[in-house]
Parts: sequence; C-alpha cells; structure tokens
Amino acid sequence: MKPIIDLINVDKSFGDVKALKGVSAQIMEGEFFSLLGPSGCGKTTLLRTIAGFEDLTGGVVLIDGKDMEGVLPNNRPSNMVFQSYAIFPHLNVGENVAFGLRRKQLSFSEKSEKVKEALEMVGLEGYENRAAHTLSGGQRQRVALARALILRPRVLLLDEPLSALDKKLREQMQTELRRLQRQVGITFILVTHDQEEALIMSDRIAVMFDGQIAQLDSPVDLYTRPKNKDVANFIGIMNFLPGSARKSKNGFLDVTVPGLGEITISEEQAPAGENGTQVGIRPEMLTILSDKEKSIDREMQGKILEIDYYGDMSYYSVAVEGVASPLSISMRNTAGRKALSKDDKVRIGWSAESLILLD
Amino acid sequence: MKSGKLLISFVWLYLIFLYLPVILLPLFAFNTGKIIAFPLQGFGLQWFYELAKIEALHTAVWTSLKIAVITSVLATILGMFASRAATRFSFPGKGPIMGLIMVPLVLPEIIVAVSLIVVLIKVMGLGLSIWTIILGHVLICVPFSIAILNGAFRSLDKSLEEASIDLGETKWTTFRLVTLPLVMPGIISSLLISFVISLDEFIIAFFLTGSEPTLSVYIWGMLRFPARIPAVMALGTIMLVVSLLLLTASEYFRRRGLKRTGVQDTGGFV
Repeated sequence: MKPIIDLINVDKSFGDVKALKGVSAQIMEGEFFSLLGPSGCGKTTLLRTIAGFEDLTGGVVLIDGKDMEGVLPNNRPSNMVFQSYAIFPHLNVGENVAFGLRRKQLSFSEKSEKVKEALEMVGLEGYENRAAHTLSGGQRQRVALARALILRPRVLLLDEPLSALDKKLREQMQTELRRLQRQVGITFILVTHDQEEALIMSDRIAVMFDGQIAQLDSPVDLYTRPKNKDVANFIGIMNFLPGSARKSKNGFLDVTVPGLGEITISEEQAPAGENGTQVGIRPEMLTILSDKEKSIDREMQGKILEIDYYGDMSYYSVAVEGVASPLSISMRNTAGRKALSKDDKVRIGWSAESLILLD
Repeated sequence: MKSGKLLISFVWLYLIFLYLPVILLPLFAFNTGKIIAFPLQGFGLQWFYELAKIEALHTAVWTSLKIAVITSVLATILGMFASRAATRFSFPGKGPIMGLIMVPLVLPEIIVAVSLIVVLIKVMGLGLSIWTIILGHVLICVPFSIAILNGAFRSLDKSLEEASIDLGETKWTTFRLVTLPLVMPGIISSLLISFVISLDEFIIAFFLTGSEPTLSVYIWGMLRFPARIPAVMALGTIMLVVSLLLLTASEYFRRRGLKRTGVQDTGGFV
C-alpha cells in the first residue's frame, strides 16, 4: 500500500490561535481513516486543509505525491461531504448529484446514466426528480455522498457526516458507509468526535488533542495499547491506579501497584517505559467471579458500592482494599449469573496481561 | 376586561386616522364633481381621462420611471456588495462602517437634500439633473436594500458555496450557479422596494430637480391650481395602487426566498 496523502509538519493558525501544531501523518490508498478527537482539537481544520479550504501556516500537504500548496479545492482530487450536507436547495436531487459533472465533457445521456448509478449506489434509485427540501436527514446524507462520489475522487472527506442523525439511523449509516467504502475502494477520511463510530468504521484512527495527533493506530491497538492517559481516557473507560515500575530482565518490567501487589508486564504494555507512573485496566478486563469460578491469573477481594444497569451489561463500582478509588467493572448479564446487589462481597479475577503502564 | 376594550378602541382610532385620508383619495378621484367636498356628485372616470391629456405629466412620469429604475439597480448592486461583505467577512471598523451606511434610514430627508445640494452646487460646481436626484435616492435606498439582502445572505449556508467549489466550480461560476439563485428573491425584493421609495420620494427630488421635474414634484406644482386637484386625486390613486402592488410583490419574493433556503422568518418591512 502506498500513501495517498502525506501530511508533513502541518501548521495552521487563526490569528493567535494555533489550530494545528506540526501534524504529520500518512494516509494510505484505499483505507478508511478517521480523525477522532474532542471538539476544538483541530480535526475539522485538518480535514479542511486537505480539501483546500484552509491555507497552511506551515508544512506541506501532498496528495498523490503532488504538493497541494496553492491548489484550489476545485482542482484537488478530493471531494467532501459537509456536516450540514450542503444540498443545493434550488436544485432537485438529480441536479444536485450531477453538479460536479457540469465541467466534464459528457453527453446528456452519459450524465443521466452516471447520476442513476450514483443514486443506486447510495440506495436512492428513482429519486432524480425529488425536490431537495422534501428529503429527510438520512436521504440528504445519501445525496451528499452520491454527489461527492460521482466524480470518483481519490479521497472522500467526511466532516462529521453522522452527527445530525438519530441513534438508529446513525448505526445503520455506519455499516453502510463502511460497505460503500469497500465497494468503491476510495480512501475515506472521516472526522468524528464519537469514539465508538471511529472504532467500528475505521482501518486506522488518528486521535487528536489540542492541534496534535496523540496516537495513530488501528482500532484494536488504540483500544488495547493506548500510548498515554488522554488517549486511554478518550477511547472507552479505563481504571487508573498509581504505580511505579522498574526494569526487569529481558524485556520485562516489574510494576508495584498498591492493593494489587507486584506485577510483571512486558515492555509492550508500557509505551512510556519504566517512567510510567500509572497503570490502567479496562472495566471488561476485570471479572466478578462466581462461587466456584477460578481466575485465569490473579484474584482480589472487593465490595460492591454501586450498580449501573444497561440492559445487556452492568457496570459495578467496587471498592478494593488498598486501592484508593473504587474500580469500575463491566459484566455481561448472561444467563445463569447470580444477581448481585449493593454491599455484596465479591472476588475479582484479572490478568497481568491486561494491564498497561502509562505516564 | 376594561383595559382590553380601551386598547381595541385605541387601535381602531389609530387605523382610522392613518387610513381615512388614503380612502378619501380614490373616493374623490372617481367623483365627477370639480370641488373636493361632500356630498359626492356622481361616479365617473373623467379625471383619469383628463390625466391622459396632460403632456407635462407624461414627461414627469417618464422622468420618475427612469430615476426609479436606475436608482433601484444601483442601490441593489451597492447593497449586495455591502451585505455580502457584512455577512461573510470580518474586518476592522465593520460595525461603525455598517452603521454609517445605515444612517440615511433615520436621517431626515430634508437634511440629506440640503447637504447634497450644497455639496453638488457649491463644492463641486455641478448642475442639477436627473443624476443628482438619482444620487440622493440611491443614498436613501441603499440602507433598505442592505436590510433586505442581509437577511438573504445570512440565511445562505457557507458550506453551499464551498460544496460548489469542491465539486469543481470556480468562485465566479459558484456565485452564478449557487449564490445568485439563492439570494435572487432578496434581490428582486430589494429592486422593488427601492423602486417604490424612489418613485414616491418628494423632498430630495424637490431640492435636486433640474429642468425635468419628477412625478411627485409635478404633483406638488399642480396643487396650486384648484381645478387640477381632482386630477391629482386620480393620479394619487394610481400611484397608491402601483405602490401597494409592488410592495406586495416584494414581500412575496422575500418570503419565498426564506422558504426556499428553509429558514425561519425573522422580520422584513411589511
């Protein structure tokens, strides 16, 4: 796989505000790439610099190996799906989708054939003559997609395309966007603040904070091996405990955690090395053991303080002796499990493998 | 309960005082009597026929139409520049500059007229012509044009223009293909309002008229001859109807524009 977009030390300032601070990343041909971060982290600005709507303060953007400096959005091999969808209200669906074809030397029948294809691709066959204002939110989204994809861009840029949809429709569109991306094979770059959405859809995710990429990894690596506390906190839930580490023999670290004791972990579990001062463990990596069940690795005692019921899962807040703050434990509510209640004493099973050392 | 009745009677009194003179206008225009007084004599169109015979009136109408058309086009073009700048860009001194442009809205027309005549004749040494009237009318029409077009431009989603550029169009073709059609109702509305304001305006036209009087100035001149007054009433009636039609059309286009871009109605003049 070769990179389609090369971001080299990209800087962008709006007056005194630095929106992007030396962002470097490579986005590969045909991948589903997400820019994930809280609002104001610069993810939309980065997308707009790729599209050409923002001039760079510093650095280089290469698309397909060509420097994009001074190249206007209309001459870039990228197309964008806007957050508001930007459907032209004075044109009907067919005219909206055909908008980008105006400058292509195509006959009328070629154009209408392409429009038909594009609408079929997004599941809106036969919608050509519908007026823009009669469309629902989900349909507008599909028209925006068809309009951008009809030009067969090298890169499709999506600016929070699902944020305006309700939960059910959003989940449906997530799968559909993924399917569409595989079908057309075009590089998709998605901006989102929804970590779940990014995990479900992406091949790789760049997590951004404060104008910088904090970590760029696959969803699995991002979730299981976050490189710092910000990333760990932003993606999913993580229990943090104070700890100190010391180098052990051949690529292992000895970590001391009050309440958990002495644990040996591999270097892979410590992105910051022995300088890490905190250990993190995900709620689902802790198990409340039933009466005769044995832990796969280690065990500790605790008392349930609080239960949050989510239907398929429950989150337990459990006080463990020697650990300052209560631990969050998630369990699936599977058949045959004994119902637990507040103040129950429980045994908790966990494994040293699921521990991460962070600074 | 009592204050409610009081308010209602106040509203009625207000409306009567406001519109009674306007109702009298067509009443006497269709009256066959030569004197403006009750009782009415009979119904007839003779005063309208008489209008058709006055040569000088036709010249005045023609002058007024020329002025109104040129004024509305110029004021709308200037209004477009200003409201586009005001809604899209931020620049130092934007508030005061926009404030200054809007001042003629509240400035007494006589002040505008007198200062223009001083500047044009004493300072610049120019003669009076229909262009001096146009200048004055553009000055008072631009604020109205901006007020209408501001709404049109503000309700235009910026990403629509970006989408067009993203899809391969240039800035200019984007303006033609996206921006212009979407603000067109506002532009038509601004043209119509400016046209009506210019057509009905008297004070500035009175001060700045050269050898060609406008319709309003001509009517003022006719009022000196009592025999002509019923004809003036007929003329007034025609102007009233034309103004109302144009204002209605203008409001219709403004509302259609809002509906098209799908935004809430937040004001307007009518």
